[in-house]
Amino acid sequence: MPDTTADETARAIAAEHGNRPDELIEILHDVQSALGYVPEAVVPVLAQALNLSRAEVHGVVTFYHDFRAKPAGRHVLKLCRAEACQSMGGEAIVELAEHRLGVSCGETSADGRVTLEPIYCLGLCATAPSAMIDGRVVGRMTAERLDALLKEAGA
Amino acid sequence: MTVRFFIPRDAAAIAVGADQVATALAKAAQVAGRAIEIVRTGSRGMMWLEPLLEVESQGVRHGFGPVDADDVPGLVAAGLLDGDPATMGLHARTLGPVEQIGFFARQTRLTFARCGIIDPLSLDDYRAHGGYVGLEQALGLGGAGIVDVVAKSGLRGRGGAGFPTGIKWKTVHDTPGEQKYIVCNADEGDSATFADRMIMEGDPFLLIEGMTIAGLAVGATKGYIYVRSEYPHAIATLKEAIGIARKAGLLGASVAASKQAFDLDVRTGAGAYVCGEETALLDSIEGKRGIVRAKPPLPAHKGLFGRPTVINNVLSLAAVPFILSEGAKVYADLGMGRSRGTMPIQLAGNVKHGGLFETAFGMTLGELVDDVGGGTFSGRPVKAVQVGGPLGAYFPRALFDTPFDYEAFTAKNGLIGHGGITVFDDTADMAKQARFAFEFCAIESCGKCTPCRIGSTRGVETIDKIMAGDSADDHLALVTDLCNTMKFGSLCALGGFTPYPVMSALTHFPDDFRRVRRFPQAAE
Repeated sequence: MPDTTADETARAIAAEHGNRPDELIEILHDVQSALGYVPEAVVPVLAQALNLSRAEVHGVVTFYHDFRAKPAGRHVLKLCRAEACQSMGGEAIVELAEHRLGVSCGETSADGRVTLEPIYCLGLCATAPSAMIDGRVVGRMTAERLDALLKEAGA
Repeated sequence: MTVRFFIPRDAAAIAVGADQVATALAKAAQVAGRAIEIVRTGSRGMMWLEPLLEVESQGVRHGFGPVDADDVPGLVAAGLLDGDPATMGLHARTLGPVEQIGFFARQTRLTFARCGIIDPLSLDDYRAHGGYVGLEQALGLGGAGIVDVVAKSGLRGRGGAGFPTGIKWKTVHDTPGEQKYIVCNADEGDSATFADRMIMEGDPFLLIEGMTIAGLAVGATKGYIYVRSEYPHAIATLKEAIGIARKAGLLGASVAASKQAFDLDVRTGAGAYVCGEETALLDSIEGKRGIVRAKPPLPAHKGLFGRPTVINNVLSLAAVPFILSEGAKVYADLGMGRSRGTMPIQLAGNVKHGGLFETAFGMTLGELVDDVGGGTFSGRPVKAVQVGGPLGAYFPRALFDTPFDYEAFTAKNGLIGHGGITVFDDTADMAKQARFAFEFCAIESCGKCTPCRIGSTRGVETIDKIMAGDSADDHLALVTDLCNTMKFGSLCALGGFTPYPVMSALTHFPDDFRRVRRFPQAAE
């Protein structure tokens, strides 16, 4: 059962962090990196391990933009939509990506290959527009560079 | 002799191909059978030249940039591996001695003195360039002595609020408590800012030294650096640097063989802009939702885990080692009015020469944008610049005589914030920018106070009506009233400062709000 595995993973990660409630965000980062998302089923597991209420854990999971409730696509493409990237035509890159993938920002392509997400600033504001694909940073984005990244991702 | 090359490992350089350049160069040297050394540094901050490749020749570093991996064979053919500037001068990417490039030469680099020059993870490099002299001085001064020096330097919080650092430290110093904390706010969420990131990636020991001095000053034994998750390179570099400092006895139970203890941990954010607000940040370190706390109590009295806490921005803490090693006066002699010392200014967006420019306070906005920045990247006229991130005002050219100074910007209904300047050319639609300010506030609001949580959404709706030409006058009056409520009724700067970009766009660019776009028939 996948959920049993998720439970065990979450419990093991919490234990690695000494079951400390102040480490909840670090624990959630680790859970997401192990499972690809934070399944709802791990909320009670973590609550018990850290001696918190389920509401408290649920609150943290849903408050922070980083944590996903559903698995992402095989590749995650984040495009910066903050002001410096806007001034360099970043919104046109976002529109193009939406068009190419047939999704809106925040969604996963139908074939499950690419999740397109907004990000508000990667701190690469003098080499804008900026993007991040599977954790790799890319600056000076152009339509050509976007197409190259999508091709790499098999989309 | 082995020729030495320098290529940044800064995320901005990596984003435009620095790793590929390093690989291509190493391969070319191997093929040529030449022994070379490639040092991965931080960035010099001249981002339009990244990836910037430097070669050392007779103690002078010559630059080439922006270099693509495909340029490497040509550079090698021009004699790059010999490190002879005479022949290299013929190549199209040649920049000459890096420190003579105008953008670099006219700066006063105190905080960024080492960034781009040294190997960020070499403690020997750090010491050879004046590192840990400040800590040595601090150990001799004692807590109250350190606080006094910082107060006399006139250093103010570089995160944006500009609160005097010395007063903050004194408050924590004077507050009794068995456990005190130093918290570094490295949740650099403002668009157009990247100075914190550059320090963490390019000179992490500087931040570690600054925090250690803060710990000695107030009697704190534990520090946290809260870094946003959007900065994976900075997080990795910091963690490595902390490990090295611990091993060298510069962190731990006995700092630099003294009786003082101080240690550091890195905490990762999770994509919430509001966690850059200091009290939300403290809640986030505690593992909770990043909800803004009401003040008082001040974090200096009841901060992290309810203990007395110094919370400072990266740049404030990174300014401290220089102040301790060179003396308060050297720092305070720079600047204007009540803004003392230097400010690492970040030029970003649609700008020809974007990057980090550290200079004493007082340079005008026009000099920074037109002169230093060289105008827009697109070559079109500058329409507006947003100073201070998403909560900063949009300034038109008419205000370009404003000197870069906390008070001067306040007097013009703006703020310098964390020192970021985003340049927009004349294709920018300021009504759209005003709408985005509200939208961003709605996305990022922590939800605790009503003006921010509800006001931001109502703001987006009302701007949409204005843009559609629906009773524009009435709705403009409504936006003005809403901004007033948000400014004075919000708990923190997110809701409280969102009116700056909105109202400045409205005041300086009224025509953009009078143009009907989506439903032309509604204009009649």
